[in-house]
Amino acid sequence: MANLKELSKKPDGFSPGHRLCAGCGIPIIPKLLYKVTDYDIVVASATGCFEVATTIYPYTSWLKPFVHSAFENAAATISGVEAMYQSLKKQGKIPANRKLKFVAFGGDGGTYDIGLQSLSGALERGHDIVYICYDNGAYMNTGIQRSSATPYGAATTTSPAGKVIPGKMQRRKDLTNIALAHHIDYAAQTAVSHWNDLATKLQKGLDLDGPAFICVMSPCVPGWMYPSDQSIEVTRMAVETGYWPLFEMDHGVFRINYKPKQKLPVADWLKLQGRFRHLFRPENSYVIEEIQRQVDAYWEYLDHMAQAFPAPQK
Amino acid sequence: MAKIVATTGNSAMAYAMKQINPDVCAAYPITPSTQVMEEFSKYVADGVVNTNLVTVESEHSAMSACIGAAAAGGRVLTATSANGMALMWEMLYIAAGMRLPIVMALVNRALSAPINIHCDHSDSFGARDTGWIQLYSENAQEAYDNLIQAVRISEHPDVRLPVMVCQDGFIISHSIERMEYLEDDEVRKFIGEYKPMYALLDIDKPVTLGSLDLQDYYIEHKRQEAEAMKLATPVIDAVARDFEKMTGRAYGLFEAYHLDDAEIGIVAVNSAAGTIKEIIDQYRRKGVKVGLLKPRLFRPFPAEAYARALGHLKAITVLDRVDSFGAMAGPLMLEVRAALYDLPKRPVTIGKIYGLGGRDLEESHCQYVIDELVQSAASGKFREVCEYITVRE
Ligand SMILES: Cc1ncc(C[n+]2csc(CCOP(=O)(O)OP(=O)(O)O)c2C)c(N)n1
Ligand code: SF4
Ligand SMILES: [Mg+2]
Repeated sequence: MANLKELSKKPDGFSPGHRLCAGCGIPIIPKLLYKVTDYDIVVASATGCFEVATTIYPYTSWLKPFVHSAFENAAATISGVEAMYQSLKKQGKIPANRKLKFVAFGGDGGTYDIGLQSLSGALERGHDIVYICYDNGAYMNTGIQRSSATPYGAATTTSPAGKVIPGKMQRRKDLTNIALAHHIDYAAQTAVSHWNDLATKLQKGLDLDGPAFICVMSPCVPGWMYPSDQSIEVTRMAVETGYWPLFEMDHGVFRINYKPKQKLPVADWLKLQGRFRHLFRPENSYVIEEIQRQVDAYWEYLDHMAQAFPAPQK
Repeated sequence: MAKIVATTGNSAMAYAMKQINPDVCAAYPITPSTQVMEEFSKYVADGVVNTNLVTVESEHSAMSACIGAAAAGGRVLTATSANGMALMWEMLYIAAGMRLPIVMALVNRALSAPINIHCDHSDSFGARDTGWIQLYSENAQEAYDNLIQAVRISEHPDVRLPVMVCQDGFIISHSIERMEYLEDDEVRKFIGEYKPMYALLDIDKPVTLGSLDLQDYYIEHKRQEAEAMKLATPVIDAVARDFEKMTGRAYGLFEAYHLDDAEIGIVAVNSAAGTIKEIIDQYRRKGVKVGLLKPRLFRPFPAEAYARALGHLKAITVLDRVDSFGAMAGPLMLEVRAALYDLPKRPVTIGKIYGLGGRDLEESHCQYVIDELVQSAASGKFREVCEYITVRE
């Protein structure tokens, strides 16, 4: 793994000047993607902030090939691109030494929800792709509606904090483990706050011949409601409180990549964000207790996974 | 040398696909088009084609994968019917809007509800505004010939639009007919090599496809799409002439059957035309001057050509195997009538909705239509602008 200084010297595939919000977590991912690899990459993206803010015609942030077709089908679209590559390569219409890699991006809405079937199909078929879900926990592009990735208790425009319902009353779907159930060689969860973890995981996904899935927590300033210079801190706190564990299943070995020395209470993460403000009213304290209970139970589950799928003994 | 075979419409489509030998094919099973992909899968499994077959998990993903593959820069085919095409709906517009030359074998079937697997044209006529070129086929031979020509049409630099080739579910897709196959190398030579204008896989010339296109550009891009559709008509004609040189089988924008000297006429697409020709022969023997115009094209709609071919008639009945619920008549009738509107002397134009969900168009129905036309031609009047036939009222 190169250090940041070395990475910064590598050519860009994703250029500045996009229209993502100041403080948005998204651009970190494509920027790092092109930096960590020497492969030529074709990117497909689902509709969402990522796409609409980087391709406003006649401009583009993409210095390398990029395609968007719709919201729910980034996995199917990249499947087609990859299938064409394999076909043309086999027919000798692309030089044998030209090695391309294929990456699809979808938001949490475009992946956990409307694009889940398309993702499942692509993983099952075994295309040589890396699917990256940037998870900002809501449909941000359409104005912060709840998705199945929205945290329990969070207020969104379709799960507002009301007089009788304190925000979203369903927990987040465990998408990385759903991806894992396809028995692919690589699936991981990571966050933009941990560039090294993110970079390593991107590299592992790209190096693999076959499908890889990576879910990246990506902060959203208006959706989470925090000052725009705090994106990395807020995201790091999600990891430090254990709300967002960094883990991977790598060729049958399950690893928790980062264990906070002492897990901070989840309230420390919640209180940084306006979307959880209502939970700090006394009558809603039970919601914070429930979130803490969920976090603790999830860690127990991950510990079981790590024990069940340990690294082989040397 | 042509090979004479007895085969079904579906097998003919699959055989054309084998000879076209696309780089990628993504599809999902649905009656009555399933056999097209089953037979093509066998060609893939036996290694007689170079195609990478992507067996997707839905038709939405089928069209999405076709779009990805075509954008990557190669030749792409698919097949579907009815609900399958309905599930592709969003992506049909996107395929056309991205100007991707995808070719689809569409085996026409009724849309649910009620669920029904048999033929009508709700699927393709419903997709008339998607930006796809639509070629209609009376029989297996035409379906085969159209599919081969569709490749050339869709890839033509002036056009770059997807094409659907329609044939009637079961009536044609599952009936055995005599027909002629071309040799593989004849097909290969006819369609030539595909050279995409833009390709994602061309790493040295990176492109961004599928951009967000707002008020300042969207309408210009749609205007270009409309222009491409317009330019498609002469291209379709030219490709047909080339095809005729190779095969002796003449295609154009439509087929005229006893139309030149006719006084009354019927307009109908696909297999119904076969039945109607038989009945026209009966009436001609009795001295009734009736003819048929069988559109090959509904999109683009060659309005002037149709008006020229029909303008001398006194009365016309247009048969629609689809309803546009709440409209004045079926979609084909409305456009034919509109095409005739600017003529100095307009024929009487009557619409009929027939054969929904696979109900047969029988001899008696055609006789009913022609008998009414004879009266309308004499009186200049008609009973109803549009009525259902082949139905129990
Ligand atoms: C079929 C379809 N349904 C709905 C939409 C509207 N839509 C566009 S982006 C979006 C939300 C995207 O959410 P997410 O995937 O989480 O990405 P984000 O906006 O958060 O980046 C929605 C609902 C659409 N474009 N297509
Ligand atoms: S709304 Fe959120 S996700 Fe979208 S660009 Fe702004 S910060 Fe990023
Ligand atoms: Mg989102």
